[in-house]
Amino acid sequence: MENLFNLFVRSIFIDNMIFAYFLGMCSYLAVSKTVKTSIGLGVAVIFVLLITAPVNWLVDTYMLKEGALAWLSPELADLDLSYLSFMIFIAVIAAMVQLVEMAVEKFSPSLYNALGIFLPLIAVNCAILGVALFVQEREYSTIGEVTTYAVGSGVGWFLAIVSLAAIREKIRYSHVPKPLRGLGIAFILTGLMAIAFMSFMGIKI
Amino acid sequence: MSTDNSIKVKDPWFSAKNLKLLRNPFNMENPITVQVLGICSALAVTVQMKPAIVMALSVTIVTGFSNLIIALLRDTIPSRIRIIVQLVVVAALVIIVDQVLKAYVYDVSKKLSVFVGLIITNCILMGRLEAFAMANKPWPSFIDGIGNGLGYGLILVIVAFFREFLGSGKIYGFDVIPQSFYDAGYVNNGLMILPPMALMTIGVIIWVQRSKNPDLQEKN
Repeated sequence: MENLFNLFVRSIFIDNMIFAYFLGMCSYLAVSKTVKTSIGLGVAVIFVLLITAPVNWLVDTYMLKEGALAWLSPELADLDLSYLSFMIFIAVIAAMVQLVEMAVEKFSPSLYNALGIFLPLIAVNCAILGVALFVQEREYSTIGEVTTYAVGSGVGWFLAIVSLAAIREKIRYSHVPKPLRGLGIAFILTGLMAIAFMSFMGIKI
Repeated sequence: MSTDNSIKVKDPWFSAKNLKLLRNPFNMENPITVQVLGICSALAVTVQMKPAIVMALSVTIVTGFSNLIIALLRDTIPSRIRIIVQLVVVAALVIIVDQVLKAYVYDVSKKLSVFVGLIITNCILMGRLEAFAMANKPWPSFIDGIGNGLGYGLILVIVAFFREFLGSGKIYGFDVIPQSFYDAGYVNNGLMILPPMALMTIGVIIWVQRSKNPDLQEKN
């Protein structure tokens, strides 16, 4: 339990998806003009990560890893399908996003109207595939760990996009040099925020 | 490429129009600084020149060929499932590139870690496939893909050059700052190696580019 809590805090602050790994940057810069839309996208990302990361971990553990197919029959025990993982992961993510979209549309039309435009965008958000690949690389061993890491990463991403959107709303009233307006200053702001977040690295938990 | 006596006059392979497709992404339509595509993987691999160049070449190959394949298939893909089809084509190409890297430059492929896989969700690919390959002939699409890959690579190499030169005093792994400088008190800027400086460097590149081309500037 303590271990999971540490992992959760680490994935939000220290291994932050945006500030430490730059994942999901495209939508992060494009949708961070107002706080309201960025909250919608952030929630959608947490939601999709919560579903896709455990599913991808299950697929990896029971189908793709070396010897993962041993539960089917002993002859398949020495098969290693891990070279297929990119394609399977992205297919799972795209399918899950489609399913989530349908489910949300059916059960909560108001949420669908809030998230509707963002859900398809998320299928090609690097952060989602990135989490699946990091889980594979770091060899997390239980589904609890994987889910915690996924939600933590999602919350970290949410935190990053909402903070940037808040700053960008304020910066409209500042005198930014003309060539830096918009994209340029957003990059530099993100860099400054990343430096601020680096202060969490010293914390031993 | 059969030259049948069709009514349309065929463009020569390297016509002015096609060369423009190749040249545009270097400045006015740069995927990173103007179209804001493909930043995700652009930043993490720029600590040193070598991984940056390998990454740039990988992306160029994948963009070129995925554009070509989608342009060939574009009339047969039902529009409802086109995203999945595009992702599968890209994923197949990325798997090939990944296996080649693992076979020939294993140390670099370890450094790139998950970022080769993340070429799949690199927005440049989906962006160019949707915007160009779905509406154009195979050859111009291929040129467009190669051009955008190289435009992306250009930014990557510039950022990696500054980060490696200022951060560790090397260029492509070779020491360029003489020992006498260090003896005189020169110190490598350790901050340049850290992730945030990649963002700052891109910010400065955008600043320079938009000072030169005022029509790229945004309102606020």
